[in-house]
Formats: sequence, C-alpha cells, structure tokens
Amino acid sequence: MRAVSRLFFVVVLLAVVVMSAAGCAAPQQAGGPKVVKVLAMQQAGPTPEEMNAIVAKFNESSPDVKVEIEYVSYDALHDKIVTAMATNPPSYDVVLVDDIWYAEFVKNGYLWDVTDKIDQNTKQEVFSTAWDITSVNGRIYGMPWLLDQKYFYYNTEILEKAGVDVPQTWEDLIEASRKIKEMGLVEYPIVWSWAQAEAAICDFVALLYGNGGSFVDSNGNPTFNNEKGVQVVEWMVKTVDEGLSNPASISYVEEDVRNVFSQGKAAFALNWLYMYDLAALNPDESQVVGKVGLGLVPAFKGSGVPSATINGSMGFSVIDKSPNREAAWEYVKFLTSEPIQKEYSAHLLPVWSGNYEGQALEELKSLNESNPVTVPAFSAQIVYSHVRPKVPFYPEFSKALQLALQEALTKQKSPAQALNDAAAKWNELASK
Amino acid sequence: MSIPAVKPKPMTLTQQRLRDGFWLLFPGLLVIFGITLFPIIYTFVLSFTETPISNPTPQGFIGIRNYLYFLTNSVFWAAIRRTLYFTIVSVGVELILGMGLALLIHARPFGWQFLRTSLIIPWAIPTIVNGAMWRWIYNADYGALNGLLFQLGMIDRYRAWLSEPVAAMNLVIVADIWHSVPFIALILQAALATIPRELEEAAAVDGANVWQRFWNIRFPLLQPAILVALVIRTVEAFRVFDIIYVITQGGPAFGTVTISYLTYLESFSYGRLGGGAALSFLISAFTLVMALLYIQLLYREDLR
Repeated sequence: MRAVSRLFFVVVLLAVVVMSAAGCAAPQQAGGPKVVKVLAMQQAGPTPEEMNAIVAKFNESSPDVKVEIEYVSYDALHDKIVTAMATNPPSYDVVLVDDIWYAEFVKNGYLWDVTDKIDQNTKQEVFSTAWDITSVNGRIYGMPWLLDQKYFYYNTEILEKAGVDVPQTWEDLIEASRKIKEMGLVEYPIVWSWAQAEAAICDFVALLYGNGGSFVDSNGNPTFNNEKGVQVVEWMVKTVDEGLSNPASISYVEEDVRNVFSQGKAAFALNWLYMYDLAALNPDESQVVGKVGLGLVPAFKGSGVPSATINGSMGFSVIDKSPNREAAWEYVKFLTSEPIQKEYSAHLLPVWSGNYEGQALEELKSLNESNPVTVPAFSAQIVYSHVRPKVPFYPEFSKALQLALQEALTKQKSPAQALNDAAAKWNELASK
Repeated sequence: MSIPAVKPKPMTLTQQRLRDGFWLLFPGLLVIFGITLFPIIYTFVLSFTETPISNPTPQGFIGIRNYLYFLTNSVFWAAIRRTLYFTIVSVGVELILGMGLALLIHARPFGWQFLRTSLIIPWAIPTIVNGAMWRWIYNADYGALNGLLFQLGMIDRYRAWLSEPVAAMNLVIVADIWHSVPFIALILQAALATIPRELEEAAAVDGANVWQRFWNIRFPLLQPAILVALVIRTVEAFRVFDIIYVITQGGPAFGTVTISYLTYLESFSYGRLGGGAALSFLISAFTLVMALLYIQLLYREDLR
C-alpha cells in the first residue's frame, strides 16, 4: 500500500516538473506561421479599426507570418515597451517608438539596426526629416511612420459670430478670445493639453519656439528656462487666470482636447492631424462638423517667426532580441509602404515625399474628404516644426519639466523658479 | 579486529511521517518559494544595486546609497505625506460609513436585503473600471459631478476639479471610499449578526439608551472585526496605485503621487530597477510598522 502511494506521488511530481519545464521552453510551433507581435497605440494616427484592417491585409498576403497587434494609450506606451524588454525573448517583435525615445531605446540595445536593410530608393523617397526621427548616431533603427505635428484648429462658426479673423499671432488670439468670452459664445475659448503628461511638453515647445525661444543650445545645454521660456509660462498662467484658457487644460491630454473642441465648447485648440477628420467630418464623433478650420499655429509678435509648432513623429521598429526579426521587418515595410500610407491618409499623411508635388499631390488630395485641407496644411506647417531633444534620459527629464509647468500653472512656484528647477534636473541627468 | 558496520537505525513512525509529509509538501513549498520568497529576496538584492531595467540582472552594487538617496529626498517625503493623508482619510471615512451601513442593515429596515446585495456592486467593480468611471464623473466640461452641483445651485460655474492638487487628491479618495466602504460594511454586518440579542435586550430593560447600548455592548464586541477590517484596508490604502494611475496619472503637479506611484515612476518610467526595489522595501518597512501597531492592538489582553 505504501509503495503504491509513493509511486503515485513520484509520478505526480515528475509530471509537474515535466509540465513546468515544457511551459518554460514553449518552442515555436514548427510548420505553422511565424507569429509577429506588434505593440501600437490608440491615440492620434489611424484608428485601431484601420490598423486592424492593415494587419488583416498583411496576414492574407503573407501566409507564413501571422501578425497579432495590441494597443495601449500613448501615455502607457513607453513604460509598456520598457517592461516588455525585460524578458527574453521580449513580448513584442515590433513596437511603435516615439521620436523622443529612440536615443534611450538604442542606448539600451532594444532596437534592431536596420540601416543596411533599407534600399537606396526608400532612403531617397522618404523625407529626410523623417529619417532623423528613427536615426541615432547615423544608424537607422526603424521606419518612419507617423509624420505628425500639432496644428491650429478653430471653430469657424464661433469666429464668425464674434466677428473676428483667424488669429495669426498669440496676441491676436488673446484679443479674439476676450471678445468671444465677453459675448458668452463659450465659457473658455482655448483648450490645451497641459496635463502632467508628454502632451504638456508638446504645447510648451510650440509656444516656446513661437516666442523665439529654444529647448537647448548647440552644446546641448538647456535654454528653455531663459527669459523667452519664462515669458511663455507666465503667458500660460495668465490665460488661465483671465479665464481664456480652459482651467481643465491642466488635467487634459489630446483626447480630452478633441472631446471639448468637438462639443463646440472651445473656439481654439492645438492638436495632431487626426483631429481634423474626426472633428470636421465625422458626425458620430463631433457636433462641430463643417465648422472646423485648420491654420498655421500662431507665434508671438516680435518673435521673428510667423509660426512654430511641435514635431511629434513616430516610427515602427523591430526588437533586436526578437526571434522573428526578418518576418517582423516585412510587416514594418508593409505598414509603412506608400500604397498603405496613401490608403489610410485621412489620419496620417505619407512619409513618402513624392506625394507632395505635381500630379501626385493632386492625387493625394483627392483620396478622401480631409486631405484637400490637411495636405496643404501639412506642407505649410512642417517648415515651422520643432523637435524635442534626443537624449537617453528624456523620459525622466520630461517628467521634471511636466512637474515644473504644472507647479507654475497651479501657482506652487513662480514660472522662473519652476523652469530653473527643471533645468537643474537636466544638468544633473546630463552629467551622469 | 573488525569494526562492525553501523546499521542505519530504522526510522520511528514519527520520523517516517515527517519525511513523507515533507515530500508531500515539497511541490507546494517550491511554488511558494518561486512566487513569493524568491522575488522578495531578488528585489532585496536589487535594492542595493543600480540595476537598469534594460538588463534586469543585479549589477552595480552601491550599498545602501539607494536608501540614503530616498530618505534624504523631499520628493520621497512628500509622497509619504500624501500616502499617509490618503490612507488616514480614506480608511477613516470608510470605517464610519461602513459602520453606519452595517448598523442600518442590521436593523433590517424595509428592503434591507436589496441594500445588502447592492452593496456588493461597488466592491465587485474592478479598480481600473472604477477609476475610469470616476474620471468621467469628475471631467470638468461634461462630467456628472459638475452637472449635479450646478443643477443644485451649489456652484455657479463648472469647476476643473482635477486641475487643483488638493481637490484632485480628495476626489481620488472619494472614488476609493465608494469602492471600499462595502467591504467594511459587510465585515461589520457579519460581526454584528453574531452578537447575542439577549445582551442588548437586558441592557434595554435596565434602561440603557441606544447610544449607551452601542458604546457599551456592540462596540466592544465589534472591536476584533473592526481591527481586522482596519488592518486589511490600511495596508491596501497605503499601497494605492491603480486608481491614481487611471484618474490623475499622479497629477496635477505631483499632487497625487503616492509612494507606490513614485515606485512605478522610478522603476518603469525612469528605468531604475535598483531605486524602485529600494522604494518597495521602504514601503514594506512602513507597512510592517503599521501592521505591528495593529497587532499590538488586536492582541491586547482585554480583547481576547
């Protein structure tokens, strides 16, 4: 009896050990298609439905590869990638990488160097500014995908009722906002994305360069805290105090801006390209259909620049430790290819420069309802588009600058003090 | 001369049982070691290093410098203050409301079964969903809170609740209270049901009023249940993370960055696993102190 129970016990134990060992090893199924896992975001750019359609199209055309895609919000994307990289092999083969993370990810060895995989034609046809996004130290680590910047949106109906022209400068915008507020057309004429998130940095950079300021100098030392930067933050605080900027901006990101603007509760907003189609043309998503104007982001008078905005571009990259790098790269190429980008150009304009000239330009503009407006706006705005610094410590510095902006906006620190503290953080991180 | 071979002594029955018992428990022990003990030891080792998340094997031993860094850092102490505020206010209010609800159910008014069942709902909603729901309620431009207060005439214009650090913290606490009151109410209601009615009836006959009966009969008998609920909720509240991540992301101006949120930022946003591990152990130390205090209370002689 004892012997039997002991034998039974040994068998059970063995079974447990064998099963757990098998679970750890989990070899790639031989014969079946290679699975490529993709991590993307649900915010700006194509909607998840459009992204799913692209995946389905790819899976159909390449039976050897099966792409599985997941979405997170932009603000969760960086941390999700970093966490996924801690395992071997990592949980994803392809990830969407923001401009500002490339330096950090390359330093950490996350991304596959694809410099030699890109043919001469592709290299020439894609905008050189787009290659800057995915390049670090002269090597290329991904395909540029979302060539985006913040645009100036206005509600044409409100402007008409107030009898004001489209503002060309921030001073004009303040005048117009005062009038709109006085007439009671909306309670808060301007809505921003100033939450404690990267979104706040984007709006700040647009205003900073629009005031003739800059983020860092040519030696990489911070300049955002000089008098130009301080003026901008003082201006931000003042517009909230005067009731011209929506006070909720301090807790809003881009999607909140879109919601408020689409409800007709704001006359002016800054947002990425995707808002045009959703707010101006989509009655399911917007109450201001047909009343949305798109213009150059204003600048401050006397700044010497007609406009300034933030460049928030992103690329798709293959993970260096992925066992399916080649298959993953095939998908990235497909996703960023010219035909696919043109087909889904309502929410994301192609990175292929040939589409913005001559006959191809006319064709691009005719592809959907939004392109006749967004394509010229893109070409006019992109020359005034500014990137944030590419440094490996960007995420931590960004949190410090977000904190500084919010401390100034909630009056816990003076704008000068807050920005100087953020600059001190930059210097501390840069010297490590 | 030959040395007689030492024969192994036959095992006694107790020894045999112990041995078999050990082998039977072994898989369970292995699992516990794998999912609890090993990560704790690993984290402890990490906390003395400057391991980056990009390569999470312990490296760069720096002694107690991580601990010193945080213990002398104003951001850390500000987070501790916020965490204590969150814990004390939310658990305090939860206890009072939970007690009230438990007494109400215990009195069995009309519809008490419905009340008891519907109490489960907030508790059953996942924290993330609860957070998302309250985030909508608090929205400054189209949230229900502004709508309600405006209709009632309590505010003359919509307020941007989550743009003010103090208001934001208090509103996160409200969301947490809504979620957790049922837990305390149900524990206390179960404990109330075990108090013999004779005691109260006797006191009533002796002329004790409602208040006296509560303080002298119910409250002392409820104390063990209250302490259990308090211990569980305090430890939970001290580690609060998810509801803050969903409602405010730590904003505005770090006004809702609690100690767990700081640990998250350190480990995953800044990629410093070593620092994050040190913070985790500091949280554990704080929780341990609180647990010890409670245990002291819980096992006081007169409560046995």
